[in-house]
Amino acid sequence: MDWFEILWTTSFWVAAVRIATPLILGTLGELVCERAGVLNLGIEGIMTLGAMAGWMSVFMGADLWTGVILAAIVGALMGALHSMLTVSLGLSQHVTGIGITLLASSITYYIYRMVLPEVTSPPRIEAFTNYPIPLLSKIPWIGEALFNQSPLTYLAFILVIIVGILLYRTPLGLAVRTTGENPSAVEAQGMSVIGIRTGAVMFGSALMAIAGAFLTMSAFNAFFFNMINGRGWICIALVVFASWHPGKALFGALLFAAFDAYQMRLQQVIGSAIPYQVFLMLPYLLSIVALILISRRVAIPQALMIPYRKGER
Amino acid sequence: MGFWDAGTPCSLPKIYIPVVPEALSLKNINKHFGNLHANQNISLTLNRGEVLALLGENGAGKTTLMNILFGHYVADSGEILVNGKFLPKGSPKASIDAGLGMVHQHFTLADNLSVLDNIILGTQPIWNFRLQRKEAADKIMDLGSRFGLEIDPNFRVAEISMGERQRVEILKALYRNAKILILDEPTAVLTPQESRTLFKTLRQLLNDGLSIIFISHKLAEVLEVSDRIAVLRDGKLVLEENVSETSEKMLAKAMVGRSFKMPIRKDLPAGESLLALENVSVLSPDRGRVLDRASLSVNSREVVGLAGISGNGQRILADVINGMQSPNSGTVFLYGKKIKRFNPREMLVKKVGRIPEDRQGFGVVGDMNLEENAITEVYKNKDYSKLGFLNLKTRNNFAKKIAHEFDIRGVKKNSPVRLLSGGNMQKLILGRVLLQEPKLILAHQPARGLDIGAASFVYERLLDAKMQGCGILLISEDLEELLMISDRILVIHRGKIIEAGKADELSMTNLGLLMAGRQVNAS
Amino acid sequence: MRLEPRTEVSLSRFIFAPIVAVITSLLLCSGLIIWSGASVLEAYWMMLTGSIGSAFALAETLSRATPLIFTGLAAAVAFRARFWNIGAEGQLYAGALMVTFLGTGDMNIHGILLPTILFIGSFTAGSLWLFVPSLIKVKFQVDEVVTTLLLNFVMLLLVSLLLEGPLKDPMGLGWPQGAPVLESAELPRLFQGLRVHAGLIIAIILAIVIWQFQIRTTLGYEMKAVGFSRDASQFAGMRVGKILLITAFVSGGLAGLAGYSEVTGLKGNLTLDLSPGFGYTGIVVAMLAQLHPLGVVGSAFFVACIFVGADAMSRSVGVPNYIADVVVASSLLCMLVSMLQVKYRIRWK
Repeated sequence: MDWFEILWTTSFWVAAVRIATPLILGTLGELVCERAGVLNLGIEGIMTLGAMAGWMSVFMGADLWTGVILAAIVGALMGALHSMLTVSLGLSQHVTGIGITLLASSITYYIYRMVLPEVTSPPRIEAFTNYPIPLLSKIPWIGEALFNQSPLTYLAFILVIIVGILLYRTPLGLAVRTTGENPSAVEAQGMSVIGIRTGAVMFGSALMAIAGAFLTMSAFNAFFFNMINGRGWICIALVVFASWHPGKALFGALLFAAFDAYQMRLQQVIGSAIPYQVFLMLPYLLSIVALILISRRVAIPQALMIPYRKGER
Repeated sequence: MGFWDAGTPCSLPKIYIPVVPEALSLKNINKHFGNLHANQNISLTLNRGEVLALLGENGAGKTTLMNILFGHYVADSGEILVNGKFLPKGSPKASIDAGLGMVHQHFTLADNLSVLDNIILGTQPIWNFRLQRKEAADKIMDLGSRFGLEIDPNFRVAEISMGERQRVEILKALYRNAKILILDEPTAVLTPQESRTLFKTLRQLLNDGLSIIFISHKLAEVLEVSDRIAVLRDGKLVLEENVSETSEKMLAKAMVGRSFKMPIRKDLPAGESLLALENVSVLSPDRGRVLDRASLSVNSREVVGLAGISGNGQRILADVINGMQSPNSGTVFLYGKKIKRFNPREMLVKKVGRIPEDRQGFGVVGDMNLEENAITEVYKNKDYSKLGFLNLKTRNNFAKKIAHEFDIRGVKKNSPVRLLSGGNMQKLILGRVLLQEPKLILAHQPARGLDIGAASFVYERLLDAKMQGCGILLISEDLEELLMISDRILVIHRGKIIEAGKADELSMTNLGLLMAGRQVNAS
Repeated sequence: MRLEPRTEVSLSRFIFAPIVAVITSLLLCSGLIIWSGASVLEAYWMMLTGSIGSAFALAETLSRATPLIFTGLAAAVAFRARFWNIGAEGQLYAGALMVTFLGTGDMNIHGILLPTILFIGSFTAGSLWLFVPSLIKVKFQVDEVVTTLLLNFVMLLLVSLLLEGPLKDPMGLGWPQGAPVLESAELPRLFQGLRVHAGLIIAIILAIVIWQFQIRTTLGYEMKAVGFSRDASQFAGMRVGKILLITAFVSGGLAGLAGYSEVTGLKGNLTLDLSPGFGYTGIVVAMLAQLHPLGVVGSAFFVACIFVGADAMSRSVGVPNYIADVVVASSLLCMLVSMLQVKYRIRWK
């Protein structure tokens, strides 16, 4: 197989969409937080916690969707803690976010070790299986990639649409966007900036947790240490790349995942001529390059990272 | 077109039967912040269909009172009645629903959103499925044409002028069926002519049954526009009169409490040229020519005033002279020599003193103490550091000297300067600038937000500097201030600078026309 | 709830802030200990004796504190200028790589000069690894948090690549590990038979030097001003970009030295598990110290106590040793709240 023939294989596109799923969910979650003016650097830890929570619930006997919901709930709780600190108290979003990541991942590992003290190879669960959508999945080439995927992948696509509509077509979305641009405008209308930001961060964090849960419940079927492996940070880069727009976030995540799927296949084509680590570095380097390229023309929410304290001018 | 038959059904205000003549009455409002008694037993009424002017210096308690009215603060004691009904405390929503509408001095608009989105924010229940943009746009157009507040609702706020933004703010209140409109320093961003249009709009609103509170510190316009006047001083209501029974003098005295002598300008023969700009332009990627072939000159022993409505290129002009911004074309001469590199350090070395517009953001490092702030501009001079090591002794002495000569009060050891009052902070900046013995001073809104005492202190020191041979460029949006201090006045409009003439020979009207971009025959 | 700025600065509140934070954090974490079935008092007692209860334990704690002082200083220097260097982990490995590159004999550098060369080399390596994101920050205004974080992953892969390739120790029985550093490069142990080494002394001296640097030099002054207000500093004629780059240079270098000290003082060679997250823990150390260089020494010791003590506690009462990470992370969050209390009064109404 040649380096360009990879692009013609169905399995490549199927893999790209699968790899994109957690990125779509995570990016969407971060986007919602940032649209309300809060940079959520807790994403990496919240994804870790979500991955464990979803997997653990199923491992303990809950059904799959219950697992997803539980993951979302613990994610939202972490989001509540984040917003209590950064929104209500107005603490540094940078340091708090890192703190949340450290806290969420350490609690995750603690709980995992409490429940499974002596396990060396992580137990597997009966995970989500691909659900081919009748008719659509039979469309040649894209049918397999887009319509024969895990239900969580469909959920990710649907959420992009829902978040897009919510943000641009409803009073709630208008309030969220205004909070990210000029919170005093929101306060002047008798709405609570703290309430809106807290809600947005909790919702966003729930999405991040589902992103993590996808990895344990649909991709690897087990929980490993360090399994998020920087995906959260990549999501943050993707939000900037997407100029804080849900549609572009979907595009960015798919593009990124396509690169990732491509390099994995390219590795097999090229063999050991280039060390595999070089390929593994690419996603991280790619994110940095994307950030540089986009930096000149971004419409950053004006109040992002600026804590809002009532009555302080 | 009459009021009741206008527009779509949704633009009809709720019909209510007046039961009391007072639209609004405040009863014995008290509010403390720590040791500060910001509102002391204030009782005030606003009658239906009148304009009540609320006068007071900065820090007199106006803002606190309005914040209580709008539920942002809760009063320690006291009641508010709107149309005879008690207003629930601490609920902004309740205040808006009761028919109160506020036009803030610093607009509460989101620049990146459309005018329409800004107006309809918060008018629908938040869990509604659909934003009613179409209906809203119709209502806005209708309100606009009825009250002379036309604006295209699809523009982004960032694209419209300050005057238009104010219209958006008023429309916001009207859209919510406000019956009581409160305007905080509404003319600060307008030319005298635009102010006139605003007053006309206000009259129309009164005819429509609204009542208006007009907050200002400009006595002339207060006397012109209002029916009754209330004056606050140090948190107390010191005067409440019908306008016919007051005079400018009486109001001034009530506001300040003591009589204040404003400094008097003396004409001096202007000396050699210090600063000259020739056809200086600055291009901004999204807003085009923000400074458009601007030329001006400042000589020693003169104060040159630059008038203009906010947002017409003053900031960028100041930044060029500050050294924060390199011009795209044109030349800047300092003491007859062309400036090649634009950076703040360069300007400091060349003895340009700079008083920035935003004193908290640019003038001081709020979280550092007085000593550290004293030397921000001089720490590299040999008196204050050697071989990269600071001389803490000379630093502390310099800080002491500033504090002493410029009468800075309220400094505690090691406490950050952000805790200082605006006046004391400005004295620190002024002292830091003047003690470096500058030849040229750029003063950008040096008295903004200060009380009369601090403001006159600033003016006095600037005029002293002029007597000692300094040239001063004073950029301001306050015409009274400009006419009082400057020898010569320039006007900036859309990045272009026009010479207006000598301050003694200028009228407010002519200045206003120039500020609006119109040519005037030399008076 | 409302925050009211305090009008006076209280030294005692400043000093008590970390103590209150740590106690709160320990109280919060006792819930997790109770869940594991252990007695809280016993567990914390084990933690205490396990970390400082014997000369051996104390030495272990001090040796654990050493890299934390370096990474804590790295974070403290950068954060003071509001430069969010979250990449100390990567810079640590960059320093360690340089030590392996220069100090294992391949370069034919020997003798008394070697420690100095390694010291400077690892400092420079850490600096250069941070130079990339700081340049991107200054030139393109790209937030440094994400770039420094992403580069941590890149560095680990780079180390893995090199340890499986050119830098692989031929005597390493196939394990991906670097060759041991030459004996002349090793930092001496401070006491016979105990693991605490001269790196600790270097770290403490550096903390003192940085403290004096911050209060006495123009550069230290500039870094502080730039941290509090970029705009005001620029307006006053400071070269903000240049100052940030210098800050990054120092910060990255300090993190690089952590790698130097670990390899030459403790481990002897470079492995992929050289650092169990010292770079990230350094952030907590710096925040607990309220970014004061001398405070960093104290808080690094405290954090080391938690980690070493947790191992002992885990062995004796069966609480998973991840409890240490939880305590440290929650101390960070408690500390943030505690520091807020220094500047503001929280009013509940």
